[in-house]
Amino acid sequence: MEYTVVQDEEIDILLLDLLERHGYDFTDYSKASLKRRINRLFSLDRFPSFAEFRFRLKNDPTYIRRFIEQITVPVTEMFRDPNFYRALREEVLPTLGTYPFIRIWHAGCSTGEEVYSMAILLKEANLFHKSLLYATDINPEVLEKARKGIFPLSQMKQYSENYILSGGKNDFSSYYSAIYDHAKFDASLNSKMIFSTHNLVSDRSFNEFQLILCRNVLIYFDRDLQSRVFKLFDDSLDHLGFLALGSKETIRFSGIASKYKQVGGKEKIWRKTV
Amino acid sequence: MAENGVGSGIEAVVIGGSAGSLNVILNTLPLLTRQLKLSIIIVLHRKSSYDSSLANLLGGKTTLPVKEADEKEPILPGKIYLAPADYHLLIEKDKTFSLDYSEKIHYSRPSLDATFQTAAEVYRSGLAGLLLSGANSDGAEGLRSVKANGGLTAIQDPEDAEVSYMPDQALSKMKPDYLLSAKEIAGFLNDLSQARSTRNKGS
Ligand SMILES: C[S@@+](CC[C@H](N)C(=O)[O-])C[C@H]1O[C@@H](n2cnc3c(N)ncnc32)[C@H](O)[C@@H]1O
Repeated sequence: MEYTVVQDEEIDILLLDLLERHGYDFTDYSKASLKRRINRLFSLDRFPSFAEFRFRLKNDPTYIRRFIEQITVPVTEMFRDPNFYRALREEVLPTLGTYPFIRIWHAGCSTGEEVYSMAILLKEANLFHKSLLYATDINPEVLEKARKGIFPLSQMKQYSENYILSGGKNDFSSYYSAIYDHAKFDASLNSKMIFSTHNLVSDRSFNEFQLILCRNVLIYFDRDLQSRVFKLFDDSLDHLGFLALGSKETIRFSGIASKYKQVGGKEKIWRKTV
Repeated sequence: MAENGVGSGIEAVVIGGSAGSLNVILNTLPLLTRQLKLSIIIVLHRKSSYDSSLANLLGGKTTLPVKEADEKEPILPGKIYLAPADYHLLIEKDKTFSLDYSEKIHYSRPSLDATFQTAAEVYRSGLAGLLLSGANSDGAEGLRSVKANGGLTAIQDPEDAEVSYMPDQALSKMKPDYLLSAKEIAGFLNDLSQARSTRNKGS
């Protein structure tokens, strides 16, 4: 990364502008990452001064989209942490299978790789026909990509390895067709996906789910915001529902911890007990 | 260094390494003083599949507490922290860790630059940065910002490093305060720790 030009106080100013002008509240995000992202954008877009950066952000609505897109870290993979997906296969799906209907929420789904991975798991467990996957993110651009289900072909070797490590038994390439340098995932996979913007900071619970996945989003929030989001998940989970987090995230320090029991032990999956 | 006061206010040390650095760390840990007054933050390039076994491996080499850094965890003296696999490890203003899953930097996550740079802006002259062997150009920029923020910098002597590319890259961008051989590293860290405890007693 280049030198840090935009300093802490200036970041606070930008965040307030964004909140007042555009209703996006990033004030409870962890600062170190925000600062890096903002400085990265500042140098990528070659702003000559902070004042010009601020002016653009305040007055150019199209630039806000770019800002949100760049600040919120739209990075993801298919079958990231294969052991996590293995635990879903072995310890969560069998229980979900006993329900007549399965609703799953991917909160902060980014470009959708996680959602397509889940759809593949459900297919292989013969549960796909009775499942609905709600995939939400704050960033409308990533949802646009997710909807299409087209990912770089260059990633497929890695994803295929992850898939096999997660316990996948099929030929991974049977799930997509290669078009030039892209892999287009089987249209039947996204037939059960519902994409929508949802801001975990400001939007409410919108349904009841048997499984909520929110991976690598909470690491960007401060403790207070994390607690509020855990409450939102708790409100959105069915009795005995499952909550799955990223490999370095935990519900341990949140207000809802006492109501949940970790599934297995190693993976970050909890089950609501009350 | 302890005598003339350079580095007497060091609170934390970030050690970054890539290919050829693991052995340096494994050989250094057993020699560290048990009265360590600093926080040591180790960032190593590694395959994400290593899981948490690396922390166990390092932990077996010292009686000092070694753990993978958790997000929001306060950074305490006397402890050794390891950047978890596949996340960038950042330092917040209140001296806690945070994790970041953004793009790889120099093909690496964790990236040495990210930790050096955020630590430099928080600890300023209270930080020492040490860059070890590696075949990557990560770390050079970061170490430069350690220096620019008034911190102390050290690089493993390319002559001594198993893979000299990374130290060479850094040397082409900056002049560190120290060039160290692998054998000198434990002494260097112990001196920084000693200098800190003397200073604290004095004040
Ligand atoms: C690092 S990605 C994680 C993607 C995926 N869950 C994974 O683990 O691979 C973080 C995602 O969180 C989203 N995000 C950040 N703040 C959010 C918010 N307030 N509400 C909803 N999504 C948010 C970002 O847009 C980004 O897509």
